[in-house]
Amino acid sequence: MDKFKLEYKPFGRRAILIQWPRLISESILNDIIRFKKIILEHYPKLELVPAYNSLTLMSRTNLNFSSMTDSLRTLYRSNMKVPLRERKLWHIPVCYDLEFGIDLEEFSNAKKMSIERIIELHTEPIYTIYAIGFLPGFMYLGGLPEALHHPRRGKPRLHIPQGSVGIGGEQTGVYPQESPGGWNIIGNSPVKIFNPKNENPCGVNVGDKIKFYSVDKPTHELVTIQVETGIFHLKTLELDDQSS
Amino acid sequence: MIKVLNPGIYTTVQDQGRFGYRDKGVPVSGFMDTISGQLANSLVGNPIRAAVLEMTMTGPEMIFDEDGVFAITGALMSPKLNGEDISNNRAYEVKKGDVLKFGRLVIGFRSYLAIAGGFTTEKVLNSRSWYFPITSLTHLPKGYELPVGEKYKECDTDSIHHENEIDFDDNRLKVFTGPEYDLISKDQQEQLLNGIFSVAKENNRMAYQLNESIFPHNLSILTSATRPGTVQLTPAGKLIILMKDAQTTGGYPRIFQLSDEAICLLAQKKTGDEICFERISI
Repeated sequence: MDKFKLEYKPFGRRAILIQWPRLISESILNDIIRFKKIILEHYPKLELVPAYNSLTLMSRTNLNFSSMTDSLRTLYRSNMKVPLRERKLWHIPVCYDLEFGIDLEEFSNAKKMSIERIIELHTEPIYTIYAIGFLPGFMYLGGLPEALHHPRRGKPRLHIPQGSVGIGGEQTGVYPQESPGGWNIIGNSPVKIFNPKNENPCGVNVGDKIKFYSVDKPTHELVTIQVETGIFHLKTLELDDQSS
Repeated sequence: MIKVLNPGIYTTVQDQGRFGYRDKGVPVSGFMDTISGQLANSLVGNPIRAAVLEMTMTGPEMIFDEDGVFAITGALMSPKLNGEDISNNRAYEVKKGDVLKFGRLVIGFRSYLAIAGGFTTEKVLNSRSWYFPITSLTHLPKGYELPVGEKYKECDTDSIHHENEIDFDDNRLKVFTGPEYDLISKDQQEQLLNGIFSVAKENNRMAYQLNESIFPHNLSILTSATRPGTVQLTPAGKLIILMKDAQTTGGYPRIFQLSDEAICLLAQKKTGDEICFERISI
Protein backbone atom coordinates (compact mmCIF):
# COMPACT_ATOMS: atom_id res chain seq x y z
CA MET A 1 0.00 0.00 0.00
CA ASP A 2 1.37 3.36 -1.02
CA LYS A 3 2.13 5.80 1.70
CA PHE A 4 1.91 9.47 1.02
CA LYS A 5 2.89 12.49 3.00
CA LEU A 6 -0.42 13.79 4.30
CA GLU A 7 -1.24 17.25 5.54
CA TYR A 8 -3.90 17.77 8.20
CA LYS A 9 -5.62 21.14 8.38
CA PRO A 10 -8.37 22.39 10.69
CA PHE A 11 -11.48 23.45 8.75
CA GLY A 12 -13.48 25.17 11.47
CA ARG A 13 -14.10 23.40 14.76
CA ARG A 14 -16.14 20.58 13.34
CA ALA A 15 -14.11 19.54 10.32
CA ILE A 16 -10.61 18.44 9.39
CA LEU A 17 -9.17 18.48 5.89
CA ILE A 18 -6.64 15.81 4.95
CA GLN A 19 -4.61 16.57 1.86
CA TRP A 20 -2.54 14.28 -0.34
CA PRO A 21 0.07 15.62 -2.80
CA ARG A 22 -1.55 17.89 -5.36
CA LEU A 23 -1.90 15.39 -8.18
CA ILE A 24 -4.77 13.80 -10.06
CA SER A 25 -3.79 10.16 -9.76
CA GLU A 26 -5.48 6.82 -9.32
CA SER A 27 -3.05 5.70 -6.66
CA ILE A 28 -3.81 8.79 -4.56
CA LEU A 29 -7.55 8.34 -5.07
CA ASN A 30 -7.33 4.69 -4.04
CA ASP A 31 -5.33 5.61 -0.96
CA ILE A 32 -7.97 8.21 -0.04
CA ILE A 33 -10.79 5.70 -0.41
CA ARG A 34 -8.92 3.10 1.61
CA PHE A 35 -8.20 5.61 4.39
CA LYS A 36 -11.82 6.76 4.32
CA LYS A 37 -12.90 3.21 4.97
CA ILE A 38 -10.47 2.78 7.87
CA ILE A 39 -11.61 6.06 9.45
CA LEU A 40 -15.27 5.13 9.11
CA GLU A 41 -14.67 1.84 10.89
CA HIS A 42 -13.35 3.76 13.87
CA TYR A 43 -15.58 6.82 13.66
CA PRO A 44 -18.86 5.66 12.10
CA LYS A 45 -20.61 8.94 12.91
CA LEU A 46 -18.30 11.14 10.87
CA GLU A 47 -19.23 12.33 7.41
CA LEU A 48 -16.34 11.89 4.99
CA VAL A 49 -16.11 13.68 1.67
CA PRO A 50 -13.41 12.47 -0.72
CA ALA A 51 -12.42 14.56 -3.74
CA TYR A 52 -9.32 14.35 -5.99
CA ASN A 53 -6.44 14.77 -3.50
CA SER A 54 -8.37 15.41 -0.31
CA LEU A 55 -10.58 13.82 2.28
CA THR A 56 -12.67 16.03 4.55
CA LEU A 57 -13.97 14.79 7.89
CA MET A 58 -17.07 16.51 9.16
CA SER A 59 -18.58 16.06 12.57
CA ARG A 60 -21.82 17.30 14.10
CA THR A 61 -19.98 18.18 17.28
CA ASN A 62 -16.69 19.97 17.90
CA LEU A 63 -13.52 17.98 17.29
CA ASN A 64 -10.29 18.30 19.20
CA PHE A 65 -7.93 18.95 16.32
CA SER A 66 -4.68 17.80 17.85
CA SER A 67 -5.90 14.61 19.48
CA MET A 68 -8.00 13.76 16.43
CA THR A 69 -5.10 14.22 14.02
CA ASP A 70 -2.85 12.16 16.31
CA SER A 71 -5.26 9.31 16.12
CA LEU A 72 -5.71 9.75 12.36
CA ARG A 73 -1.93 9.63 11.88
CA THR A 74 -1.78 6.42 13.87
CA LEU A 75 -4.61 4.95 11.80
CA TYR A 76 -2.88 5.89 8.57
CA ARG A 77 0.39 4.31 9.70
CA SER A 78 -1.32 1.20 11.01
CA ASN A 79 -1.01 -0.51 7.64
CA MET A 80 -4.43 -1.90 8.19
CA LYS A 81 -5.46 -4.08 5.29
CA VAL A 82 -8.84 -3.14 4.01
CA PRO A 83 -10.26 -4.16 0.69
CA LEU A 84 -10.80 -1.26 -1.67
CA ARG A 85 -14.54 -1.74 -1.14
CA GLU A 86 -16.77 -3.09 -3.86
CA ARG A 87 -15.68 -0.67 -6.54
CA LYS A 88 -17.92 -0.75 -9.54
CA LEU A 89 -17.79 -0.06 -13.23
CA TRP A 90 -21.06 1.50 -14.34
CA HIS A 91 -22.24 1.28 -17.94
CA ILE A 92 -24.23 4.37 -18.74
CA PRO A 93 -26.30 4.70 -21.94
CA VAL A 94 -26.02 8.00 -23.79
CA CYS A 95 -28.04 9.08 -26.81
CA TYR A 96 -25.87 11.32 -28.99
CA ASP A 97 -28.78 12.28 -31.27
CA LEU A 98 -28.66 15.92 -32.38
CA GLU A 99 -31.96 16.52 -30.61
CA PHE A 100 -30.13 16.05 -27.31
CA GLY A 101 -26.59 16.90 -28.39
CA ILE A 102 -27.45 20.51 -29.07
CA ASP A 103 -23.79 21.55 -29.30
CA LEU A 104 -22.58 18.50 -31.24
CA GLU A 105 -22.53 20.20 -34.66
CA GLU A 106 -20.76 23.28 -33.37
CA PHE A 107 -18.35 21.08 -31.44
CA SER A 108 -17.69 18.96 -34.52
CA ASN A 109 -16.98 22.05 -36.65
CA ALA A 110 -14.70 23.59 -34.04
CA LYS A 111 -12.78 20.33 -33.63
CA LYS A 112 -12.80 19.47 -37.35
CA MET A 113 -13.89 16.03 -36.28
CA SER A 114 -16.88 13.99 -37.41
CA ILE A 115 -19.74 13.41 -34.98
CA GLU A 116 -19.14 9.67 -35.33
CA ARG A 117 -15.52 10.17 -34.24
CA ILE A 118 -16.61 12.29 -31.27
CA ILE A 119 -18.98 9.55 -30.14
CA GLU A 120 -16.31 6.93 -30.67
CA LEU A 121 -13.79 8.88 -28.59
CA HIS A 122 -16.29 9.71 -25.85
CA THR A 123 -17.46 6.13 -25.40
CA GLU A 124 -13.97 4.64 -25.55
CA PRO A 125 -12.42 5.38 -22.14
CA ILE A 126 -13.18 4.02 -18.73
CA TYR A 127 -13.61 7.17 -16.68
CA THR A 128 -12.79 7.50 -12.99
CA ILE A 129 -15.04 9.38 -10.55
CA TYR A 130 -12.74 11.76 -8.68
CA ALA A 131 -15.43 13.68 -6.84
CA ILE A 132 -19.19 14.10 -6.50
CA GLY A 133 -20.42 17.63 -5.94
CA PHE A 134 -21.71 20.81 -7.58
CA LEU A 135 -25.18 19.17 -7.75
CA PRO A 136 -26.46 16.08 -5.96
CA GLY A 137 -25.02 13.17 -7.93
CA PHE A 138 -22.83 15.26 -10.24
CA MET A 139 -19.69 13.22 -10.99
CA TYR A 140 -16.34 14.83 -11.69
CA LEU A 141 -14.88 12.38 -14.18
CA GLY A 142 -11.24 11.97 -15.09
CA GLY A 143 -10.09 10.37 -18.32
CA LEU A 144 -11.54 12.49 -21.14
CA PRO A 145 -9.36 11.99 -24.26
CA GLU A 146 -7.31 15.09 -24.98
CA ALA A 147 -8.75 15.32 -28.48
CA LEU A 148 -12.12 16.12 -26.89
CA HIS A 149 -10.92 18.83 -24.50
CA HIS A 150 -12.85 21.97 -25.32
CA PRO A 151 -13.43 25.24 -23.45
CA ARG A 152 -16.73 25.90 -21.74
CA ARG A 153 -19.23 28.01 -23.60
CA GLY A 154 -18.75 31.77 -23.26
CA LYS A 155 -22.26 32.23 -22.00
CA PRO A 156 -23.63 29.62 -19.64
CA ARG A 157 -27.16 28.38 -20.38
CA LEU A 158 -29.83 28.90 -17.75
CA HIS A 159 -31.52 25.56 -18.28
CA ILE A 160 -29.71 22.41 -19.17
CA PRO A 161 -32.07 19.41 -19.15
CA GLN A 162 -31.64 16.56 -16.71
CA GLY A 163 -29.40 13.81 -18.05
CA SER A 164 -27.48 16.10 -20.42
CA VAL A 165 -23.96 14.89 -21.15
CA GLY A 166 -21.44 17.63 -21.61
CA ILE A 167 -17.81 18.53 -22.08
CA GLY A 168 -16.24 21.47 -20.24
CA GLY A 169 -12.51 21.99 -20.50
CA GLU A 170 -10.81 18.70 -19.63
CA GLN A 171 -13.91 17.30 -18.01
CA THR A 172 -16.97 15.41 -19.06
CA GLY A 173 -20.04 14.55 -17.07
CA VAL A 174 -23.78 14.10 -16.78
CA TYR A 175 -26.11 16.77 -15.35
CA PRO A 176 -28.11 14.76 -12.78
CA GLN A 177 -30.88 17.35 -12.74
CA GLU A 178 -31.92 20.41 -14.68
CA SER A 179 -29.53 23.22 -13.90
CA PRO A 180 -27.70 26.19 -15.35
CA GLY A 181 -24.39 25.28 -16.91
CA GLY A 182 -21.66 26.24 -19.34
CA TRP A 183 -20.62 22.89 -20.77
CA ASN A 184 -20.96 21.86 -24.41
CA ILE A 185 -23.87 19.45 -24.55
CA ILE A 186 -23.19 16.41 -26.73
CA GLY A 187 -25.92 13.98 -25.67
CA ASN A 188 -28.35 12.80 -23.03
CA SER A 189 -28.50 9.86 -20.69
CA PRO A 190 -31.94 8.52 -19.75
CA VAL A 191 -30.73 7.04 -16.45
CA LYS A 192 -31.08 8.75 -13.10
CA ILE A 193 -27.70 8.85 -11.40
CA PHE A 194 -29.34 10.49 -8.43
CA ASN A 195 -32.82 9.67 -7.17
CA PRO A 196 -33.83 11.13 -3.81
CA LYS A 197 -36.72 8.66 -3.59
CA ASN A 198 -34.28 5.80 -3.10
CA GLU A 199 -32.92 5.05 0.35
CA ASN A 200 -29.49 5.16 -1.21
CA PRO A 201 -30.11 8.09 -3.56
CA CYS A 202 -26.93 7.66 -5.52
CA GLY A 203 -25.36 4.27 -6.08
CA VAL A 204 -22.16 5.59 -7.57
CA ASN A 205 -19.26 6.44 -5.30
CA VAL A 206 -16.06 8.38 -5.67
CA GLY A 207 -13.49 5.88 -6.97
CA ASP A 208 -16.00 4.00 -9.12
CA LYS A 209 -15.60 3.86 -12.91
CA ILE A 210 -17.91 4.91 -15.69
CA LYS A 211 -18.19 3.75 -19.27
CA PHE A 212 -20.61 5.41 -21.67
CA TYR A 213 -22.24 3.48 -24.50
CA SER A 214 -24.14 4.95 -27.40
CA VAL A 215 -27.87 4.24 -27.79
CA ASP A 216 -30.29 5.38 -30.49
CA LYS A 217 -33.37 7.50 -29.88
CA PRO A 218 -35.91 4.65 -29.58
CA THR A 219 -33.67 2.98 -26.98
CA HIS A 220 -33.36 6.29 -25.11
CA GLU A 221 -37.15 6.52 -25.04
CA LEU A 222 -37.51 2.93 -23.90
CA VAL A 223 -34.94 3.32 -21.12
CA THR A 224 -36.60 6.57 -20.00
CA ILE A 225 -39.85 4.64 -19.51
CA GLN A 226 -38.05 1.76 -17.81
CA VAL A 227 -36.37 4.22 -15.45
CA GLU A 228 -39.70 5.90 -14.64
CA THR A 229 -41.30 2.56 -13.82
CA GLY A 230 -38.29 1.40 -11.85
CA ILE A 231 -37.49 -1.62 -13.99
CA PHE A 232 -34.26 -0.34 -15.51
CA HIS A 233 -31.09 -1.43 -13.80
CA LEU A 234 -27.71 -0.10 -14.74
CA LYS A 235 -25.26 -2.70 -15.89
CA THR A 236 -22.45 -2.78 -13.39
CA LEU A 237 -19.33 -4.79 -13.00
CA GLU A 238 -17.52 -5.38 -9.73
CA LEU A 239 -13.92 -4.35 -10.11
CA ASP A 240 -11.15 -6.46 -8.67
CA ASP A 241 -9.35 -5.00 -5.76
CA GLN A 242 -6.02 -4.30 -7.36
CA SER A 243 -3.82 -2.97 -4.63
CA SER A 244 -2.15 0.00 -6.12
CA MET B 1 -52.98 22.14 9.67
CA ILE B 2 -52.20 25.74 8.82
CA LYS B 3 -53.40 27.22 5.55
CA VAL B 4 -51.17 29.71 3.77
CA LEU B 5 -53.15 32.72 2.54
CA ASN B 6 -50.10 34.62 1.37
CA PRO B 7 -46.68 32.97 1.36
CA GLY B 8 -44.34 35.96 1.85
CA ILE B 9 -41.30 36.49 -0.33
CA TYR B 10 -39.35 33.34 0.39
CA THR B 11 -40.66 31.02 3.07
CA THR B 12 -39.39 27.47 3.46
CA VAL B 13 -39.69 24.53 5.85
CA GLN B 14 -36.37 23.84 7.58
CA ASP B 15 -35.18 21.52 10.28
CA GLN B 16 -31.68 20.68 11.54
CA GLY B 17 -30.63 19.68 8.03
CA ARG B 18 -29.70 16.69 5.96
CA PHE B 19 -26.60 14.88 7.14
CA GLY B 20 -24.74 11.92 5.72
CA TYR B 21 -25.15 12.59 2.00
CA ARG B 22 -22.46 15.15 1.36
CA ASP B 23 -20.25 12.58 -0.35
CA LYS B 24 -23.08 12.34 -2.90
CA GLY B 25 -23.22 16.07 -3.38
CA VAL B 26 -26.32 16.74 -1.26
CA PRO B 27 -26.19 20.07 0.60
CA VAL B 28 -26.83 20.09 4.33
CA SER B 29 -29.66 22.68 4.20
CA GLY B 30 -31.51 23.35 7.47
CA PHE B 31 -32.02 26.52 9.54
CA MET B 32 -29.86 29.37 8.22
CA ASP B 33 -29.90 30.86 11.71
CA THR B 34 -29.71 27.70 13.80
CA ILE B 35 -29.83 29.57 17.09
CA SER B 36 -33.18 31.17 16.31
CA GLY B 37 -34.59 28.02 14.70
CA GLN B 38 -33.77 25.95 17.77
CA LEU B 39 -35.04 28.61 20.16
CA ALA B 40 -38.40 28.68 18.37
CA ASN B 41 -38.69 24.93 18.82
CA SER B 42 -37.78 24.96 22.48
CA LEU B 43 -40.35 27.69 23.21
CA VAL B 44 -43.16 25.44 22.01
CA GLY B 45 -41.83 22.24 23.59
CA ASN B 46 -40.48 20.69 20.40
CA PRO B 47 -37.16 18.90 20.08
CA ILE B 48 -34.75 21.57 18.79
CA ARG B 49 -34.31 19.68 15.51
CA ALA B 50 -38.02 19.85 14.54
CA ALA B 51 -39.20 21.46 11.31
CA VAL B 52 -40.12 25.16 11.46
CA LEU B 53 -40.94 27.83 8.89
CA GLU B 54 -38.06 30.04 7.84
CA MET B 55 -39.32 33.40 6.56
CA THR B 56 -37.10 35.70 4.57
CA MET B 57 -37.58 39.48 4.60
CA THR B 58 -41.37 39.28 4.80
CA GLY B 59 -43.59 36.81 6.53
CA PRO B 60 -46.66 34.98 5.29
CA GLU B 61 -50.29 35.36 6.22
CA MET B 62 -51.89 32.18 7.43
CA ILE B 63 -54.96 30.79 9.11
CA PHE B 64 -54.86 28.08 11.76
CA ASP B 65 -57.18 25.19 11.05
CA GLU B 66 -56.81 23.72 14.53
CA ASP B 67 -55.89 24.85 18.05
CA GLY B 68 -52.19 25.02 18.76
CA VAL B 69 -49.20 26.77 20.21
CA PHE B 70 -46.63 28.70 18.19
CA ALA B 71 -43.62 30.96 18.70
CA ILE B 72 -41.67 33.34 16.47
CA THR B 73 -37.95 34.05 16.78
CA GLY B 74 -35.18 35.67 14.77
CA ALA B 75 -35.83 38.80 12.70
CA LEU B 76 -38.55 41.17 13.86
CA MET B 77 -41.25 41.26 11.20
CA SER B 78 -44.06 42.97 13.13
CA PRO B 79 -46.19 39.86 13.66
CA LYS B 80 -49.93 40.27 14.33
CA LEU B 81 -52.33 37.65 15.65
CA ASN B 82 -55.92 38.48 14.66
CA GLY B 83 -54.75 42.04 14.10
CA GLU B 84 -53.09 42.46 17.53
CA ASP B 85 -49.34 43.06 17.77
CA ILE B 86 -47.48 40.13 19.28
CA SER B 87 -43.84 39.69 20.25
CA ASN B 88 -41.02 37.46 19.22
CA ASN B 89 -39.49 34.94 21.59
CA ARG B 90 -42.56 33.74 23.41
CA ALA B 91 -45.17 31.06 22.90
CA TYR B 92 -48.79 31.92 22.01
CA GLU B 93 -51.86 29.76 22.05
CA VAL B 94 -54.10 29.89 19.00
CA LYS B 95 -57.62 28.70 18.29
CA LYS B 96 -58.97 27.32 15.06
CA GLY B 97 -59.67 30.21 12.73
CA ASP B 98 -57.03 32.57 14.15
CA VAL B 99 -55.05 34.51 11.58
CA LEU B 100 -51.32 35.23 11.84
CA LYS B 101 -49.86 37.94 9.69
CA PHE B 102 -46.54 39.74 9.41
CA GLY B 103 -45.78 43.37 8.65
CA ARG B 104 -42.73 45.54 8.31
CA LEU B 105 -39.23 44.12 8.71
CA VAL B 106 -37.74 45.96 11.71
CA ILE B 107 -34.44 44.20 12.28
CA GLY B 108 -32.69 41.07 11.03
CA PHE B 109 -33.62 39.21 7.84
CA ARG B 110 -34.94 35.75 8.74
CA SER B 111 -37.72 34.84 11.15
CA TYR B 112 -38.61 31.40 12.42
CA LEU B 113 -42.07 30.14 13.24
CA ALA B 114 -42.31 26.96 15.26
CA ILE B 115 -45.56 25.19 16.02
CA ALA B 116 -46.00 22.68 18.83
CA GLY B 117 -45.71 19.29 17.12
CA GLY B 118 -43.55 20.67 14.32
CA PHE B 119 -44.40 20.82 10.63
CA THR B 120 -44.70 17.33 9.21
CA THR B 121 -44.11 17.98 5.53
CA GLU B 122 -42.36 15.26 3.49
CA LYS B 123 -39.20 13.78 4.93
CA VAL B 124 -36.59 13.01 2.30
CA LEU B 125 -33.18 11.55 3.17
CA ASN B 126 -33.87 12.01 6.87
CA SER B 127 -34.77 15.68 6.74
CA ARG B 128 -37.78 17.86 6.05
CA SER B 129 -35.63 20.80 4.93
CA TRP B 130 -36.76 22.09 1.58
CA TYR B 131 -34.16 21.90 -1.13
CA PHE B 132 -35.27 21.32 -4.69
CA PRO B 133 -35.17 18.72 -6.22
CA ILE B 134 -34.42 16.66 -3.12
CA THR B 135 -37.81 17.84 -1.88
CA SER B 136 -40.61 18.67 -4.27
CA LEU B 137 -40.96 22.34 -3.28
CA THR B 138 -38.46 25.20 -3.29
CA HIS B 139 -40.51 27.61 -1.21
CA LEU B 140 -43.99 28.02 0.18
CA PRO B 141 -46.73 28.46 -2.44
CA LYS B 142 -49.98 30.32 -1.90
CA GLY B 143 -52.81 28.14 -0.64
CA TYR B 144 -50.45 25.46 0.67
CA GLU B 145 -51.67 23.51 3.68
CA LEU B 146 -48.92 22.93 6.20
CA PRO B 147 -49.40 19.69 8.14
CA VAL B 148 -48.69 19.84 11.87
CA GLY B 149 -47.60 16.88 14.02
CA GLU B 150 -48.80 15.69 17.42
CA LYS B 151 -47.64 17.88 20.30
CA TYR B 152 -44.47 16.57 21.90
CA LYS B 153 -45.41 17.82 25.36
CA GLU B 154 -47.46 20.47 27.06
CA CYS B 155 -45.66 23.77 27.07
CA ASP B 156 -45.98 26.82 29.18
CA THR B 157 -47.26 29.70 27.09
CA ASP B 158 -46.32 32.10 29.84
CA SER B 159 -42.68 31.33 29.36
CA ILE B 160 -41.04 34.23 27.61
CA HIS B 161 -37.53 34.29 26.39
CA HIS B 162 -36.72 37.96 26.85
CA GLU B 163 -33.36 38.24 25.27
CA ASN B 164 -32.48 37.85 21.67
CA GLU B 165 -29.86 35.17 21.38
CA ILE B 166 -28.32 37.09 18.53
CA ASP B 167 -27.12 40.67 18.67
CA PHE B 168 -28.51 41.86 15.35
CA ASP B 169 -26.42 45.04 15.47
CA ASP B 170 -23.16 43.15 15.70
CA ASN B 171 -21.36 43.08 12.37
CA ARG B 172 -18.24 41.15 13.33
CA LEU B 173 -18.18 37.65 11.92
CA LYS B 174 -15.95 35.35 13.93
CA VAL B 175 -13.85 33.26 11.58
CA PHE B 176 -11.23 30.57 11.72
CA THR B 177 -8.54 30.65 9.08
CA GLY B 178 -9.44 28.30 6.25
CA PRO B 179 -7.31 25.59 4.64
CA GLU B 180 -5.88 27.95 1.99
CA TYR B 181 -5.45 31.05 4.18
CA ASP B 182 -1.68 30.60 4.37
CA LEU B 183 -1.41 30.56 0.57
CA ILE B 184 -2.64 34.13 0.10
CA SER B 185 -0.33 37.12 0.49
CA LYS B 186 0.19 39.14 3.67
CA ASP B 187 -1.41 42.10 1.87
CA GLN B 188 -4.51 40.08 1.09
CA GLN B 189 -4.68 38.81 4.66
CA GLU B 190 -4.56 42.38 5.92
CA GLN B 191 -7.24 43.46 3.49
CA LEU B 192 -9.46 40.70 4.81
CA LEU B 193 -8.89 41.38 8.49
CA ASN B 194 -8.97 45.19 8.32
CA GLY B 195 -11.57 45.68 5.62
CA ILE B 196 -15.24 46.44 5.94
CA PHE B 197 -17.37 44.56 3.46
CA SER B 198 -20.99 44.80 2.45
CA VAL B 199 -23.50 42.13 1.50
CA ALA B 200 -24.12 42.05 -2.27
CA LYS B 201 -27.61 41.62 -3.68
CA GLU B 202 -26.57 38.09 -4.58
CA ASN B 203 -27.40 36.63 -1.20
CA ASN B 204 -29.58 33.61 -0.58
CA ARG B 205 -29.63 30.24 1.13
CA MET B 206 -26.78 29.03 -1.08
CA ALA B 207 -24.30 31.83 -0.60
CA TYR B 208 -23.70 35.43 0.38
CA GLN B 209 -21.51 37.37 -2.02
CA LEU B 210 -19.75 40.53 -0.85
CA ASN B 211 -19.50 43.72 -2.89
CA GLU B 212 -15.89 44.63 -2.18
CA SER B 213 -12.95 42.79 -3.72
CA ILE B 214 -9.45 42.25 -2.42
CA PHE B 215 -6.33 41.81 -4.59
CA PRO B 216 -6.73 39.12 -7.27
CA HIS B 217 -4.75 35.87 -7.19
CA ASN B 218 -3.92 32.95 -9.44
CA LEU B 219 -3.97 30.17 -6.89
CA SER B 220 -5.73 27.04 -7.98
CA ILE B 221 -6.78 24.04 -5.97
CA LEU B 222 -8.24 20.73 -7.01
CA THR B 223 -11.96 20.51 -6.31
CA SER B 224 -12.39 19.76 -2.62
CA ALA B 225 -15.07 19.79 0.07
CA THR B 226 -16.74 22.99 1.22
CA ARG B 227 -19.00 23.61 4.19
CA PRO B 228 -21.66 26.10 5.19
CA GLY B 229 -19.66 29.08 6.42
CA THR B 230 -16.71 28.54 4.09
CA VAL B 231 -15.42 31.83 2.66
CA GLN B 232 -14.17 31.33 -0.90
CA LEU B 233 -11.87 33.74 -2.70
CA THR B 234 -12.34 33.92 -6.47
CA PRO B 235 -9.36 34.67 -8.74
CA ALA B 236 -10.73 38.21 -9.23
CA GLY B 237 -10.60 38.80 -5.48
CA LYS B 238 -14.33 38.45 -4.82
CA LEU B 239 -15.54 36.84 -1.61
CA ILE B 240 -18.29 34.24 -1.55
CA ILE B 241 -19.54 32.99 1.80
CA LEU B 242 -21.22 29.62 1.42
CA MET B 243 -24.44 29.06 3.34
CA LYS B 244 -26.67 26.09 4.15
CA ASP B 245 -27.82 25.15 0.63
CA ALA B 246 -24.34 25.56 -0.88
CA GLN B 247 -22.79 22.94 -3.09
CA THR B 248 -20.65 20.45 -1.20
CA THR B 249 -17.46 20.88 -3.22
CA GLY B 250 -15.69 23.82 -4.78
CA GLY B 251 -12.53 24.83 -6.58
CA TYR B 252 -11.81 28.24 -5.05
CA PRO B 253 -9.36 28.73 -2.17
CA ARG B 254 -11.11 28.47 1.21
CA ILE B 255 -9.65 31.33 3.17
CA PHE B 256 -11.95 31.50 6.19
CA GLN B 257 -14.45 29.31 7.95
CA LEU B 258 -17.20 31.12 9.85
CA SER B 259 -17.96 29.94 13.36
CA ASP B 260 -21.42 28.39 13.77
CA GLU B 261 -22.58 31.57 15.54
CA ALA B 262 -21.24 33.75 12.73
CA ILE B 263 -23.30 31.79 10.19
CA CYS B 264 -26.42 32.60 12.26
CA LEU B 265 -25.45 36.26 12.45
CA LEU B 266 -24.78 36.49 8.71
CA ALA B 267 -28.14 34.82 8.00
CA GLN B 268 -29.71 37.90 9.63
CA LYS B 269 -27.90 40.32 7.27
CA LYS B 270 -29.38 41.63 4.06
CA THR B 271 -28.21 43.43 0.92
CA GLY B 272 -26.04 46.42 1.79
CA ASP B 273 -25.40 45.47 5.42
CA GLU B 274 -21.79 45.86 6.49
CA ILE B 275 -19.73 43.08 7.98
CA CYS B 276 -16.12 42.52 8.96
CA PHE B 277 -14.08 39.46 9.86
CA GLU B 278 -12.65 38.81 13.29
CA ARG B 279 -10.15 36.01 13.46
CA ILE B 280 -10.43 33.50 16.28
CA SER B 281 -8.45 30.34 16.90
CA ILE B 282 -9.61 26.74 16.95
